[in-house]
Amino acid sequence: MAGKIDDYLAKLERTRVWRSVFRGGTGSSTLRRALAIQQNVFLHLFSTKVRRRMLRFNATWYLGTLTLGTFLILVTTGILLMLYYRPAVPQAYADVKDLQFVVSSGLFLRNLHRWAAHTMVLLAFAHLFRVFYRGAYRPPREFNWVIGIVLLMITLLLSYTGYLLPWDQLAYWAITVGSNISATVPVIGEKVRFLMLGGHQVNANALLRFYVLHCVILPLAAVLFIAVHFWHIRKDGGLYVRQSEPVREPAKEDESVELEKV
Amino acid sequence: MTEPKDFTAGVGSDIKKSQKRVLFVTRRTSAQVRVFDEERVQTYPEALFRAALAIELLTIALVLISLFFNAPLEGLADPTNTPNPAKAPWYFLGLQEMLHYFPPVVAGVLIPMVLVIALVVIPYFNVNIEADGLFLKNRGRRLNIFYAGAIGLSLFLWFFHVYVALIPTLLIVAIMLVAAFSSPASPQPLRRYLASKPVSWWVMTWFLLELIVLTVVGTFFRGPGWSWVLPWRS
Ligand code: HEM
Repeated sequence: MAGKIDDYLAKLERTRVWRSVFRGGTGSSTLRRALAIQQNVFLHLFSTKVRRRMLRFNATWYLGTLTLGTFLILVTTGILLMLYYRPAVPQAYADVKDLQFVVSSGLFLRNLHRWAAHTMVLLAFAHLFRVFYRGAYRPPREFNWVIGIVLLMITLLLSYTGYLLPWDQLAYWAITVGSNISATVPVIGEKVRFLMLGGHQVNANALLRFYVLHCVILPLAAVLFIAVHFWHIRKDGGLYVRQSEPVREPAKEDESVELEKV
Repeated sequence: MTEPKDFTAGVGSDIKKSQKRVLFVTRRTSAQVRVFDEERVQTYPEALFRAALAIELLTIALVLISLFFNAPLEGLADPTNTPNPAKAPWYFLGLQEMLHYFPPVVAGVLIPMVLVIALVVIPYFNVNIEADGLFLKNRGRRLNIFYAGAIGLSLFLWFFHVYVALIPTLLIVAIMLVAAFSSPASPQPLRRYLASKPVSWWVMTWFLLELIVLTVVGTFFRGPGWSWVLPWRS
């Protein structure tokens, strides 16, 4: 049975339509694997080969990767949440209540979105400190560090704008505290708050503005800067490695050469 | 010009070796070869599969958490009923703690702006690139700057009654004193470790400690009127 499926998949991968979509294909040869990266618009952000030292757990603790993971979870659950949510007063609160008690798996969906959001903020900070203690912010990676700070700001803003959306007491007063602070900026403070909230206090206009920021503008900005961040890793010569770290793994069996089926 | 070529150039489909690089040294220097044969692996599958595995484990953990713990949802927003205390999201509670001691312009605008700028410029200053122990070079001058800075900062925090931030500061100052009087050749590993730390390491570690202490205090130990409370006695 499994063999049959494999045969079928192999056949599928050789059809003209499939090959027009996935030019490089996957396959087992080094060339094919390189093409899998190089021929894909997203994976093309990465180099086709990396030094083995860069993949060691200790180099990054995988914290940037995990931050990306939380972001992916948030996009997925966020889109599903949008199907049930209206950014208006008082519908917003009722919709969140419905998610908790009526929509099937709604409670789980909301939980996952919320905990993933907190985790993303935590991981972005952890990633920052890991990069710092590793010394990976040094030239030539200095600009990627700056892009990282921009990503941290976007992450905080995403979390902050999302905080208002349930329109409960917690949300309302947390945002009120924050917006009162921005109003204390000399000269432009009041104007900034007015622009942010669409009024002098947190109200239905603010909810709509935060919704647009949270669901459209900030996620787009995040995707854009994450792409630049990854591309920069490649252009900066890959992840940081120390000269003192061993160049190769302890000797292992010679890898047998794999032959490509044609 | 269009004579048929009598050779074909190509690349074998299964080359395991890395490409060789040729380097022309134009100035009168000798090139120092540090790493000549670095082991490299394919991004697909080696790197991508590891990333996927890490993300899958994270997803499993978050799914489990979401099955057992519910996100908070309080009553409908009511502008006429201010909860006490009204808290910002947890990652801003360090700043809200500062709001308790300093005017809003300082705690809410100046401090965060200085923090962001300080973080951005880290890689652009040579002191932060330097990897030598803080007290190993120019020892006398650096000790004096350190004493002045530590005393100045502590007095400042003392003056504004910011004891929450003062205690971590004093802790770091104490550890720095140990570092200042340790040799990088000390028989004790901890003292060797501390002696080798550059100035950027100390500043960042101080910042990290303050961040953790202030956030934990703001989240768990602050109650009505921003007074001290114990989280286990609510
Ligand atoms: C949304 C937030 C972010 C995402 C998704 C992200 C993602 C990543 C990923 C996947 C890597 C590869 C190494 C790893 O897995 O750790 C990386 C590396 C890096 N990140 Fe981030 N990052 C984010 C925020 C930040 C922040 C806040 C900083 C610091 C200010 C930063 C600075 C860097 C630097 C300098 C590298 C290169 C590290 C090295 O060469 O070892 N990033 N990032």
